[in-house]
Amino acid sequence: MAEVRDVSVKDVEEAIYKLALEAAYHLPEDVLEAEKKAYEREKSPVAKKVLETIFKNVEVSAQEEFPLCQDTGLAVIFLEVGQDVHFTDGYLVDAINRGVERAYKDGYLRKSTCNPLTRENYGNNLPAIVHTFVVPGDKVRIIFDAKGGGSESMSKVQMLKPADGRDGIVQTVVDWVIQAGPNPCPPVIVGVGIGGDFERAAVMAKHATLRKVGEPSPDPVLAEMEKEIYEKINNSGVGPAGLGGLTTCLGVHIEMEPCHIATLPLGINIACHVNRHKEIVL
Amino acid sequence: MAEYKLTTPLTDEDIIKLKAGDVVYLSGVLYTARDAAHMRMVKALDEGKELPFDIKGQVIYYVGPSPARPGKPIGSAGPTTAYRMNPFAPRLISLGQKGMIGKGKMSDEVKQACMKYKACYFASIGGAAAVVGSAVKEAEIIAYPELGPEAVRRLVVEDMPLFVCYDSYGNDLYEMAKKEWAGKFSLA
Repeated sequence: MAEVRDVSVKDVEEAIYKLALEAAYHLPEDVLEAEKKAYEREKSPVAKKVLETIFKNVEVSAQEEFPLCQDTGLAVIFLEVGQDVHFTDGYLVDAINRGVERAYKDGYLRKSTCNPLTRENYGNNLPAIVHTFVVPGDKVRIIFDAKGGGSESMSKVQMLKPADGRDGIVQTVVDWVIQAGPNPCPPVIVGVGIGGDFERAAVMAKHATLRKVGEPSPDPVLAEMEKEIYEKINNSGVGPAGLGGLTTCLGVHIEMEPCHIATLPLGINIACHVNRHKEIVL
Repeated sequence: MAEYKLTTPLTDEDIIKLKAGDVVYLSGVLYTARDAAHMRMVKALDEGKELPFDIKGQVIYYVGPSPARPGKPIGSAGPTTAYRMNPFAPRLISLGQKGMIGKGKMSDEVKQACMKYKACYFASIGGAAAVVGSAVKEAEIIAYPELGPEAVRRLVVEDMPLFVCYDSYGNDLYEMAKKEWAGKFSLA
């Protein structure tokens, strides 16, 4: 029998605290690299200017610890828990929330959670949104995703018909992202979840935005779809900040799972050019 | 495409010379408001009460800044998505508001109001908030402090770079730009 490994939730709290601060001020390298590649290829002078402003923003944020975006997001956490882990020193979710609350207070990050009906701001950016997956092993992998409201609002789940098929999926994603245009702060990263069920499509789509930007799916069928969607979106002319150009999206990432014979669920989650996510393994 | 330096409050003369695609460096006083503040302002109007500031000639910046560090006037302060203010903007424009600053598309009703009452929608670069926020020299909450980041603030800005997105002639920079660059990616 595998040995149970104790992991203190205090270590989880500290990890969340650090990841939240790092995410707010430091753009992931792969996102910046993708933006620099796009800059080289870009032909529109306005688009080049916008990208230069984005690069300057990345620099200023890192140097002065100013948040990359004033919308420092909801704290979305993907937690992969090895089944041989035993959490000690308190309740895991409370610890995660403490880490988020402290980071958003100490880091001068914006508190963006509110009552959906009264719109009253809770003032602490809580609760964090936690997706937990039990996996083999005795490690805990934490992915912290600071998800802004602008790009999130340009996301959706649509239950397609099985007859819509591959081409229907491609067309729906392309039309949706082009229609969103300047709203989600392009250049964007498009996460797509195909199959599963209603909620799995959404979770896959968001998870897909966290993949290294532009890395193709290991499934050649999906990789081909990613390429087609990527080209069609970048042919839209929307461009950085919607001000025209060849750079509307930096990457299209698809995840897929089996679905019911009667369904074809499709999730589309858009991440803005400030795609802030950081991870650690405990 | 021309470049202008303008100072608020703006006049009809300021607005009519602007065309979609022009760059404006804006200075002077701006007021911040997002959805929650707009809902309250429109409610105040419905109840026959005064707005928290004189709207004539003013520009509203759609922003909910991050908290200021000690010694700084404001935190990061980039534009929020403007379509959420579609239900409110035409009414405020009819009362004399001359400009909105945000990112993303607004409605045809907003475009019509810009034409009818001589106003402009200015686009800023979303997600470049540390840089955009550095144009803000002073900030003070003047209404609805309980809304936190959504409170109405009076800002003093210096040379804030903006793109004229909807002008007073019905032009739309987003549509113009998209048309110009559509289909060119595969050729590049």
